[in-house]
Amino acid sequence: MQVTTTVNGEARTDEVEDRLLLVHYLRDVRGLRATNVGCDTTSCGACTVLLDGESVKSCTVLAVQADGREVSTVEGLAAADGTLHPVQAAFRQEHGLQCGFCTPGMVMACVSLLKDNPRPTEHEVRDGLEGNFCRCTGYHNIVRAVLVASGQDPK
Amino acid sequence: MTEQMDAGFVAEQIAEHPEAVHKPYAGGELGRGRRRKEDAKLLTGQTNWTDNITLPGLLHMSVLRSPMAHARVLSVDVSPALEMPGVIAAYSGRDLADVQGSLPCAWPVTPEMVHPDHSPLAVDEVRYVGDGVAVVIARDRYAAADALEAIVVEYEQLPAVVDMEAALAEGAALVHSDKGTNACFTWPFAGGADYAETLAGHPDAVVVRRRFRQQRLLPSPMEPRSVVVAPIAAADDYTVYSSTQIPHILRVMLALVTGIGEHKIRVIAPDVGGGFGCKLNVYAEEVLALVVARKLGRPIKWTESRSEHYQATIHGRDQIQDIEIAATPEGTLLGLKVELLADMGAYLQLVTPGVPILGAFMFPAIYKMDAYSFTCTGVFTTKTPTDAYRGAGRPEATYAIERIMDELAAELGRDPMDLRKQNWIKHEEFPFEMVAGLTYDSGNYEAATELAEQMFDMTALRAEQAERRARQDPVQLGIGISTFTEMCGLAPSRVLGSLSYGAGGWEAAQIRMLPTGKVEVTSGATPHGQGHHTAWSQIVADALGVPFEDVEVITGDTDSSPKGMDTYGSRSLVVGGVAIHKATGKVIEKAKRVAAHLLEAAEGDVEFAGGTFTVKGSPEASLTIQQVALATFAAHNLPEGMEPTLDSDYVYDPENFSYPHGTHLCAVMIDTETGFTKIRKYVCVDDVGKIVNPVIVQGQIHGGLAQGIAQALYEEAVHDAEGNLITGSMVDYLIPSAADLPHFHTGRTETASTSNPLGVKGVGEAGTIASTPAVINAVVDALRPWGVDNIDMPATPERVWRAIHDDGTLRVPSGTVSYGGAQTAATSGGAA
Repeated sequence: MQVTTTVNGEARTDEVEDRLLLVHYLRDVRGLRATNVGCDTTSCGACTVLLDGESVKSCTVLAVQADGREVSTVEGLAAADGTLHPVQAAFRQEHGLQCGFCTPGMVMACVSLLKDNPRPTEHEVRDGLEGNFCRCTGYHNIVRAVLVASGQDPK
Repeated sequence: MTEQMDAGFVAEQIAEHPEAVHKPYAGGELGRGRRRKEDAKLLTGQTNWTDNITLPGLLHMSVLRSPMAHARVLSVDVSPALEMPGVIAAYSGRDLADVQGSLPCAWPVTPEMVHPDHSPLAVDEVRYVGDGVAVVIARDRYAAADALEAIVVEYEQLPAVVDMEAALAEGAALVHSDKGTNACFTWPFAGGADYAETLAGHPDAVVVRRRFRQQRLLPSPMEPRSVVVAPIAAADDYTVYSSTQIPHILRVMLALVTGIGEHKIRVIAPDVGGGFGCKLNVYAEEVLALVVARKLGRPIKWTESRSEHYQATIHGRDQIQDIEIAATPEGTLLGLKVELLADMGAYLQLVTPGVPILGAFMFPAIYKMDAYSFTCTGVFTTKTPTDAYRGAGRPEATYAIERIMDELAAELGRDPMDLRKQNWIKHEEFPFEMVAGLTYDSGNYEAATELAEQMFDMTALRAEQAERRARQDPVQLGIGISTFTEMCGLAPSRVLGSLSYGAGGWEAAQIRMLPTGKVEVTSGATPHGQGHHTAWSQIVADALGVPFEDVEVITGDTDSSPKGMDTYGSRSLVVGGVAIHKATGKVIEKAKRVAAHLLEAAEGDVEFAGGTFTVKGSPEASLTIQQVALATFAAHNLPEGMEPTLDSDYVYDPENFSYPHGTHLCAVMIDTETGFTKIRKYVCVDDVGKIVNPVIVQGQIHGGLAQGIAQALYEEAVHDAEGNLITGSMVDYLIPSAADLPHFHTGRTETASTSNPLGVKGVGEAGTIASTPAVINAVVDALRPWGVDNIDMPATPERVWRAIHDDGTLRVPSGTVSYGGAQTAATSGGAA
């Protein structure tokens, strides 16, 4: 099947197998390998991207479902000169990542969370990130990073 | 020599851009909360995970796995798979029998240890669900996965061996029928006085026994394992990319297993997304990808799915612990007796039998006692092999001692912290030789505990607990303590030798000063998320007096950092970091000779501080270390006989382990109507010696806490009676999310280690080791009015609810509630 998607602002048409997952389309067809696969049950959130601005787990979306739509991945977040997006900058400042494998998905989930709720409480951040696993940080500094990115002072 | 290589050219450039070279060292690098150098690429997704690697002509490997825990393999027909689109090759275990070798176990803990063959693909018999039986090689990963379904395997089912005690019973079905037993080894150990005699000499001794279960855990780093092998067939030469913690060890082992020359194998651990011990191994797929790449002369990639990870990557823990502690009626410890059964799984992986042995030294923990008796039997079962998982033996030991100290306190009607204080090593008693033979170099348990109690507000929480108990509130409060220590920084090579481990415990470092004054550091310690590049830069910057930004760290490639023992056992800083520190010393030593020569001063008169060499008494005569580096590169004017360039190489073998410690306090709220446990407050004060980077240290503690709490409350690998893993995906195996974990209140005290020049101790496993008993002690403390004196992990709502209900009705609390615990008739009895 043909699929035309705009990924991080770049539109392209590709011929894909019907069953190709969006995450594999991004990684193997578009060569955008920031988005990771961490599980096979839509549990871990490592593959989280934005589809028309809404966060989705790209291991549970077919590439063809993204036809005519816009996909945003972590590759498109920082400015061309390397200036980090506020969420990325807060992750760095608050040490919200260790191995970094969950980070692209986690960062995109946080971008989406803050879009929906620009000044979340700690509780709302924890609930909002329930679908994104991190095995390194214990989430403590991720939660702080989201609060910092929202302009709040974490305790 | 090209113009660019000419020192004169470099010198001119430097003269034009002095700021590029002579940035002064601002000082204060050690102990500074530097943000990590690693983060820029990780945050922007410019990461080189093994699965991100693509190569021309790359083929994908998939593995057909046994659906049965134990079966004879009657036949494997891969030919239908070869008819599938995109398939290049398919092999059964029999097809590869001559080339696949046997996976290594480097830790034969006793000379008599039963050590079965472990072929990467099973040939005649499969012994756990997930044991590989065939591989398919195809043009893409979808085709490789599809073709597995075409392979026809005939099995004859054999009895599963799931329960360790049943496995050791007379007439039990055997995992390895040719071995005649399911017992892998028995390892006895004792320290101090004889345990039985000690008890006989104290007829009034209070003796408490418990049986604790260390449930099986699934390590679950976020990055699944992956391997890519790129062959140069004509040269029989291979580059192996693997998501591994141990590129150096893997290289040696791949050579030994396959017979390929070690010098013909280059192993690269690119960016590695967490390991927690499970990537400290030599896996079937690494060998299979290598032998298939060799057969086909094509690059091969294999990446596990999460379900495969749960079947085919090692599991952690899995012990039955029978613990007995004896004390005088006044609470002074007399002795400890530990009897373990440790589940090996179906085969021995790299250090499988050694994991419980590492724990043997830690059961006495921080407590003084006269007698210690330990024995461990390793048991084969038809389950995935176990091996090192964060803490590897020490969490199990710490759990047992910290749990039984609470039980002893309850038996004696004592406050559990007071009982600990009565028995722990006082800070003025260090160094202290423990009953298990280790010499703890330093510690201050009093200081850590005092700070933790202050942060926790123990008095207020105890008061609230008493109120809730008095009014029989449906939500009860429990308080748990863990005053832990651990041994880390594996390890003095002579100690490993005495424990029959197959290698040393040293670590290597190289430092190269570049002509422009920048510094390249290579380290054999291989990171997988910790922040080595940042911490090593701080150590080097501080020692050489160069800016942090001027240091580049290179790791994870046996070509560029050829010597190493890799990363595990909280060893990187205390062994690898010290190696780097020592290597800087050699650089300074050589640079000082050059500086003395150039400044025409006696070497003894040259002093080095903050990156500058000066001559005593002539402050105007000075050279920066960058200027000296350039001079050694130009080599126009060096002391007679000196080799050009400024670099060094150091291999450090530690003299002792390091012994971090700390006090962890946990308050839980338990809803007695649902059995649900919620952590209300978690406070920990860790003492990990001198700190290089407090931000990284705190992050390590946080992550460790999450994994330790997860063992206490959430995670368990469950097998059914047929040996099927019924928690085989992330849907069924409960990895805690942000919503499940609390805010962590962390504090620290700093008691420098006296066994290394940086004064540092390990930190990677501390949080995991300490936190599990703190949480379970809190749960049991909350339930003690109901006579509960133990609860199996994880303390799920169901387990908690069942512990306090009879026939669906909440029992009436009984037992006299004393401060911190209750005395009940059952406290000296067996398991709950």
